[in-house]
Amino acid sequence: MSSQLFTSKHNTLARLTLLLFVAGAAGFLGFMDMLHRSPYVRYTKVRREQPIPFSHKHHTSLGIDCRYCHTSVETSSFANIPPTQTCMNCHNVMWNDSPMLEKVRESYANDESIEWTRVHDLPDFVYFNHSIHVANGIGCSTCHGRVDQMPLMWREKPLFMKWCLECHRDPSQFVRPDDKIFDMAFDPKSQSQEERDALVESYGIDTSNQRLTNCSICHR
Amino acid sequence: MTLLKTFRLPYLFFGLGLLFTAGCGPLFDIRKAMYDQPKYEPLEATDFFGDRRSARPLVAGTVAQGHLQLDDHLYLGIEEEDGNYRQAQTYPFEITAEDLDRGQEMYNIHCSVCHGKSGHGNGMVVQRGYKTAPSYHRDALRKAPPGYFYAVILNGFNEMQPYAHQVPVEDRWRIVAYIKTLQRSQFAQEEDLETIQQFMDQVPPTPSSEHSATEHTNEH
Repeated sequence: MSSQLFTSKHNTLARLTLLLFVAGAAGFLGFMDMLHRSPYVRYTKVRREQPIPFSHKHHTSLGIDCRYCHTSVETSSFANIPPTQTCMNCHNVMWNDSPMLEKVRESYANDESIEWTRVHDLPDFVYFNHSIHVANGIGCSTCHGRVDQMPLMWREKPLFMKWCLECHRDPSQFVRPDDKIFDMAFDPKSQSQEERDALVESYGIDTSNQRLTNCSICHR
Repeated sequence: MTLLKTFRLPYLFFGLGLLFTAGCGPLFDIRKAMYDQPKYEPLEATDFFGDRRSARPLVAGTVAQGHLQLDDHLYLGIEEEDGNYRQAQTYPFEITAEDLDRGQEMYNIHCSVCHGKSGHGNGMVVQRGYKTAPSYHRDALRKAPPGYFYAVILNGFNEMQPYAHQVPVEDRWRIVAYIKTLQRSQFAQEEDLETIQQFMDQVPPTPSSEHSATEHTNEH
């Protein structure tokens, strides 16, 4: 019987244990990173509960333009949530006894705000302006996805800074013609690179000197 | 003393662990505080006011700076004649081709849902059960002055709700101009033919129109 407690095979075991420890730590970090980017944490593609189960899909299928309700998108940094009056334009007559719309009627009668759940909520240290994007060839669906196919609203993109930069580094990947901004089905990638370069030029988007990736463009 | 020395390392870890746990709370709070800073995003809810609105309605009887609306022609669509007010017979500003384009865009967004894109009153919302909108191509409406249509946009009419809250002042007039254009398009006179011919002569044939023209002839 050997006086050694550990035989030579334990050398391998010890190395393996060390390796497992390192790999485990790396794996854990990798997992945490993945978790951080996952839809589970970022809430992408998760339908949000709303006080009234409003369906963008249904309303756009009637041919109602985004701007019928989100009127300020062309002129303001904020694309407004419509006042209850806008709902009542139609629902004073149509479905005006639907229990689903009880909260709309209540809000209208009592002059009280409906508290919707914000789906796209950027951190407060980020400045974002809708009007400048809409005026310079970035369509709704580029950031918000196919809202016209969403029964209840969800967040299509994770809203990472990395994701914003994809476009700010090379806008020519995402620009579209002026008359296609509110066209949900339009795919900017269906245009040739030359067409998109020409669009960037015609919108006057200044890509020189990394102007669009300057920190103060968004963090002001 | 030796005992303490032997256990120094574990103590250190224990202490660090405690600090980490204690530090985590405030750390996460700081992170959250950056994301949700003590300021109101547009339309954000607040507990400060009873109605939970951070965007405050105007105090009754006051006018916000720059919002004084003294121009009756522009804001109310009326004009004075011999000490009496009547619906404006003219536009408060000159209507250009760009204004008409904008008018068409705004008409298609806000009006066509009920009035239909050609103004015959058969929009999608009417087809879904709203009260039928009148056709613009009635004699009475054909003769109505711009100020009449402006007043309807501003105040509503019968079942039609006022649209002042969602259509800006200038765009209302552009819509009126476009409605007038629609009416003319369905009621062209013989003398219009000359103007149309002059216009057509100026416009070079586009590839797409040539294409559709050949298609058209092929059909016959």
